[in-house]
Amino acid sequence: MSDILVKIHRAAPYGMITLRGDLSSTALQKAATDAAGVAFPETGMCVFEGKSGLSWMSPDELLVLMPHDQIQSTLAQIEKALNSTHFLAADVSDARAMFTITGPHWRDVLAKLTPADVHPDSFQQGHFRRTRLAQVPVAFWQSSADTVTLICFRSVADYVEGLLVNAGRAKSNADYF
Amino acid sequence: MSTRLARDGRFLNKSKAIKFTFNGKQLRGFEGDTLASALLANGQTLVGRSFKYHRPRGVVASGAEEPNALVNLGAEGRFEPNARATTTEVFEGLKAASQNHWPSLDFDVGAINARLARFLPAGFYYKMFIHPRPFWKYIYEPFIRQSAGLGKAPKARDADTYDHFYAHVDILIIGGGVAGLAAALTAGKSGARVLVIEQTAHWGGRAPVDGGTIDGLDPDEWVKKTLQALEKMKNIILGARMMGTGIYDHGYVLGYERLTDHTPDQDGPRHRLWRIRAKQIVTATGAIERPLSFAGNDVPGVMLASAIRDYVVNYAVSPGDRTVIVTNNDDAYRTALALKDAGLEVPAVVDARPEGGGALMQQVKDRGVRVLTGKGIAGVSGGKQVQGVKICAQAGEGAVLEEIPCDAVAMSGGWSPVVHLWSHCGGKLLWDQEKAHFHPDIGRAPTGADGEPFVIPAGAANGSMSLANVLAGGVAAGQMAVERAGLKPKRIATPEGDSVTEAPMQPVWMMPQGAGVKLRNKMWLDYQNDVKVSDVQLAAQEGFESVEHTKRYTTLGMATDQGKLSNINGLAVLSNALNADIPQVGTTTFRPPYTPISMGAIAGEARAELFQPIRKTPIHEWHDDNGAYWEPVGHWRRPYCYPRDGESHADAVNREVTNTRENLGLLDASTLGKIVVKGPDAGEFLDMLYTNMISTLKPGRCRYGLMCSENGFLIDDGVVARIDDDTFLCHTTTGGADRIHAHMEEWLQTEWWDWKVWTVNLTEQYAQIAVVGPNARKVLEKLGGMDVSKDTLPFMAWADGQIGGIDVRVYRISFSGELSYEIAVRAGQGRALWDALVEAGQEFGVMPYGTEALHVMRAEKGFIMIGDETDGTVIPQDLGLHWAISKKKDDYLGKRAHERSHMVDPDRWQLVGLETIDGSVIPDGAYAVAGGTNENGQRNVQGRVTSTYYSPTLKRGIAMGLVHNGPDRMGERLEFPKIDGTSVFAKIVDPVFYDKEGAKQDV
Repeated sequence: MSDILVKIHRAAPYGMITLRGDLSSTALQKAATDAAGVAFPETGMCVFEGKSGLSWMSPDELLVLMPHDQIQSTLAQIEKALNSTHFLAADVSDARAMFTITGPHWRDVLAKLTPADVHPDSFQQGHFRRTRLAQVPVAFWQSSADTVTLICFRSVADYVEGLLVNAGRAKSNADYF
Repeated sequence: MSTRLARDGRFLNKSKAIKFTFNGKQLRGFEGDTLASALLANGQTLVGRSFKYHRPRGVVASGAEEPNALVNLGAEGRFEPNARATTTEVFEGLKAASQNHWPSLDFDVGAINARLARFLPAGFYYKMFIHPRPFWKYIYEPFIRQSAGLGKAPKARDADTYDHFYAHVDILIIGGGVAGLAAALTAGKSGARVLVIEQTAHWGGRAPVDGGTIDGLDPDEWVKKTLQALEKMKNIILGARMMGTGIYDHGYVLGYERLTDHTPDQDGPRHRLWRIRAKQIVTATGAIERPLSFAGNDVPGVMLASAIRDYVVNYAVSPGDRTVIVTNNDDAYRTALALKDAGLEVPAVVDARPEGGGALMQQVKDRGVRVLTGKGIAGVSGGKQVQGVKICAQAGEGAVLEEIPCDAVAMSGGWSPVVHLWSHCGGKLLWDQEKAHFHPDIGRAPTGADGEPFVIPAGAANGSMSLANVLAGGVAAGQMAVERAGLKPKRIATPEGDSVTEAPMQPVWMMPQGAGVKLRNKMWLDYQNDVKVSDVQLAAQEGFESVEHTKRYTTLGMATDQGKLSNINGLAVLSNALNADIPQVGTTTFRPPYTPISMGAIAGEARAELFQPIRKTPIHEWHDDNGAYWEPVGHWRRPYCYPRDGESHADAVNREVTNTRENLGLLDASTLGKIVVKGPDAGEFLDMLYTNMISTLKPGRCRYGLMCSENGFLIDDGVVARIDDDTFLCHTTTGGADRIHAHMEEWLQTEWWDWKVWTVNLTEQYAQIAVVGPNARKVLEKLGGMDVSKDTLPFMAWADGQIGGIDVRVYRISFSGELSYEIAVRAGQGRALWDALVEAGQEFGVMPYGTEALHVMRAEKGFIMIGDETDGTVIPQDLGLHWAISKKKDDYLGKRAHERSHMVDPDRWQLVGLETIDGSVIPDGAYAVAGGTNENGQRNVQGRVTSTYYSPTLKRGIAMGLVHNGPDRMGERLEFPKIDGTSVFAKIVDPVFYDKEGAKQDV
């Protein structure tokens, strides 16, 4: 048995755009869904198609995700579509770090660090959780059956990696889920 | 003397012997022993000395309530003081040592205190140490410190690791006795998410020891069967060795799991702190037996009747050949039966009730045991070990009727439900006159955010004392929990409990009831803190009528056991002394934790490199590789300076300042806050936030602005750049980024919710590098890509472009007074740009500079720093920043406050520069003294230093300070006393020491 319960991988740069605006407006919904190529997410949810997706961040904020090389074109597309409306779109790709945590025990690892409920009844594919990991804010979503993807601020990426590696020690498995 | 019995114990694996040491002595136990049972099995009845009188003390209990058997455990990184022997499972190589004695456990000099007991009454410390006053500091306090505390403090770094775990459940059941298991079975069948936790390693609680049958089975069999059923349910998690530590608001519960205390060589965390959110909580926490207050009830060998039963049945330990039982209830007769079953002698059962007990008494009589009714114990003979008891009439004053030789005394004063967890979050209690105990008042449960109850007591913890009631209560609690959690309960057949019917108990708070002061002086209530019946009575006599006051005056219940044995007895004595009813006196407050938990468990993973998040800029690694001396700024680490070989920090700072002023300096300014503010109302919004006018700023230009709180005090400053008509970028201080963003959002969400403004905090999206010094333009021109000339990019302008092939935004702003470009770049490109600047800058004398050089240069220029010149009481007007306060605006945050009388008071201290006469540096925070003294006899003051540095540019000490009427007193001399008794003198000057015209930055 390996010493590590899960595989922790710091992902390559990823495209992320913060979109603030009136989420109930059809113009904004259309701009977002056109830009990401996915359906508009419900409250607390995210929708992905490959590397592109939309995540519900707050009642007036979305996170648009895309491959890193499409940031500028996506931003331009959103700016153009919403030109006459009141909104704010900002590239936040470099402000973030992204991790994938892979393995059957990813829930056990996360539950040591986050107060969010990661029980399968409460957290499944499609859910998007903004919460904290120990002492820093993070967001995560289940990206496949045995993988969860997590984003945090760039400045604390080393701390987050340290947390995950520490919580992933096989000998410390709570084996709760 | 106590010893090991030849028969089996429920918890023992006699095929596996374990070696351990106590005070260096090699002893033997078996797998399954607790340290307490193993010590007793080895005849070690004396286990420690009491806190105040250093009385010899032995094991009293068999569980978490134990007050006496506290030991120092382990060594070095695994040393732990005050470990409870009754809850410590033995393991091979365990090392324990007794506490609170000198030179040895057997012979303790401190025992002299017992002889002085007459002079150490309740409140002794308060009465004694108040006079004469100077004695406190030099004599009393050092003496008390020396004698305070039981165990030693650990000194080595903790060798173990600890974890946290967050669990979310529908129903949490605390306590794995038969009530808890019945509740679990009920809740589990409904499909609810259930977590069941039990503080010991064993399920079933007291029932298997106390006897009776469940559904016709032996309780042990029923527990085994039930556990198998529970383990099959996927929705139930069972956690043994896990204590319910505390219940908090909103169904939050802490569970304390001890994973490797019993197997310290095993890898993995030692303790895990469970942070549980439960919709409903069932507290099936059982009950604790009460001691009886008779003279000598603390002599080693006097134990709780239930504990003696536990040791005989669970651990095959004999408390001694002959055990006298003293009781006021039927339950203690079970101990007589257990002892007889083990082949041990019971010389007598002393029953305080005149008419004795019921069926259990008859069973004991039938076994040939002598039962004395209406009798009590007047005294115990023996010092370090019980040798006999003196019998008296309970109704009398203690005249000795006979003496019965014995080796142990089993006492039972009745049972108190464990209501701690019920009470933590506000559950109220009721007094049951018949059973003489407090039990939960179901009608006044702790309530959640919805006003509905979220804690349900069950079993003995709810005051149920018969097996049938305990089981029925467990099932009912399980069903109620399911319903309240919003699920559908499934009916299950209530397990049928059958046990002997018991006769009523009779409250006995003092034995004998008419005991004189001599006996009362020897009746211990709180074993751990050495509080006696006489102490509580004295407190009442001296006017301490509130139970909380009496507690603090006598220290009753204030030891590490939090009075688990002493609380009810103590307050009964108090209520008698006050001639009041027990419920009228009430209990002290029950607070978490139920028993002490380790510091390590609280810290969890937050230790060593994970103690706190360290925020790193994109250029952090370069600084580290280049010898940066770090300064913590919030959670960031910033280079304070970059000392070279053999250089002091001061020398490094001086070199960095001089080089920046003469050649070229680079500063990593990535930590500065960067908040984008966008919308048709953004200009108006920023006009409200800043004291100066922002809306008139032209796109492409920058303006320095101040922010005040609504009380007018300066909270942040920074440069605002207008990106386009609708968009502004606000720079904040490093520490202000998150705070100011929250400040903006708060005003937008609560006050100006109809304004069209959006904000995003982009602090981490960009690295920012300040390129500073006379050669700044040269290095940028060398890298090339955009026009950075004065004409195209003048002072206080910004432009987008490329430098060295990297996309950048360049701001012509200066915090140093030199020609300066602050270059923002995508964080991912920050390091590349820095490297390019370092390389290209070589021919221009480039050097990085740290935060201290930044501070010195801004002070030379008279620029203020939030946190130095401001401290939450300073307004911009104090700092001579009137120019940054718009007169044209109708309003801004702080405007109204600035008009208040105290804010316009001409006596407010004002910012000035300070130049020392002798060129030295004024100590930080020094005060300028004035003539005379104030009403406290202190010297009057007329100003204070806010920033003070050695200026390598001016080659002298410079400072800024707030001085009474300062700006009108240019040239005056002020005296600043230093802590060494001498003074430094400084002249009041203009705060701008360097390049007053600002010519150097505008080139």
